[in-house]
Amino acid sequence: MSDLSGFEGLVAIREVENQGMLTVRGDFGSEVLRAAVTGLTGVDFPGRRVAHVQGARGLLWMSPDELAVLLPRGEAAQAATRLAGQLAGVHALVVDVSDARVHFEIEGRVVRETIAKLAPVDMHPDSFTPGELRRTRFGQVAAGFWMADERTARIFCFRSVRDYMAGLLTVAADDHSEVAYFRK
Amino acid sequence: MLIFNCPHCGVAAEETELSGGGEAHLKRFGPGCSDADFEGYLFTRENPKGVHFERWRHAFGCGKWFIAARDTVTLEVFGTYPAQTSEPPREIFDRISEKRPGWSWCNLSGEA
Repeated sequence: MSDLSGFEGLVAIREVENQGMLTVRGDFGSEVLRAAVTGLTGVDFPGRRVAHVQGARGLLWMSPDELAVLLPRGEAAQAATRLAGQLAGVHALVVDVSDARVHFEIEGRVVRETIAKLAPVDMHPDSFTPGELRRTRFGQVAAGFWMADERTARIFCFRSVRDYMAGLLTVAADDHSEVAYFRK
Repeated sequence: MLIFNCPHCGVAAEETELSGGGEAHLKRFGPGCSDADFEGYLFTRENPKGVHFERWRHAFGCGKWFIAARDTVTLEVFGTYPAQTSEPPREIFDRISEKRPGWSWCNLSGEA
């Protein structure tokens, strides 16, 4: 396991502990589904490519029929069972994927550039704004991310590629690698 | 480098975020069809120089299939639309006709 503690670079990289995550698939037009997931997380239902996150809770728009529900890790299993019960009457699927995902938080002045080095995403402030959710690839692996604010971004990917992602981020945030592209 | 706008999630996705799915608007021939129809369904594909319709999947993004109309020579993209569409939408049809008068592809053809 590549160790992130003690890493000093262009941004601080931290593996987020105790983040739970459910995958919910279903019809976004269904009032039952919307009420169930917003009731669980206490945030508004997200529009297209939007991340509504407050602390450890939130809703991420993953595709036209897929949501990611963020919860504290300890609540995830029970919440999945409860949510599946609430959605029993509608066409929907709930899976607890907390163990299958890993979350990284990167924080610092050059967050946009660190992401732009790894993902085919236009990170210009005019194109990508905090609160937008983007699923893409980082290097060779699938990942999703959103920016909480101008200095902070959350990146999540499969736990099976955790070391690869940690390696990518540490290389992209190497102290001597600043391009300063977005500061022009 | 190709850049397609995914009609499902609205992202301007570049080629490496997508995976190609071959020719679009195939008509499936299954059990009970003639051997010639089945062979055509399995193997006969267009290989045009110019206007082409292809299936693409936003594999690293929302995971949805869509269809892209593009020119294989200039790589100009005429438009994209969801894969749950049996023929190109009127506006894409018209846009191709405007830019490539007299175009044809499979059994589709634009006005000269």
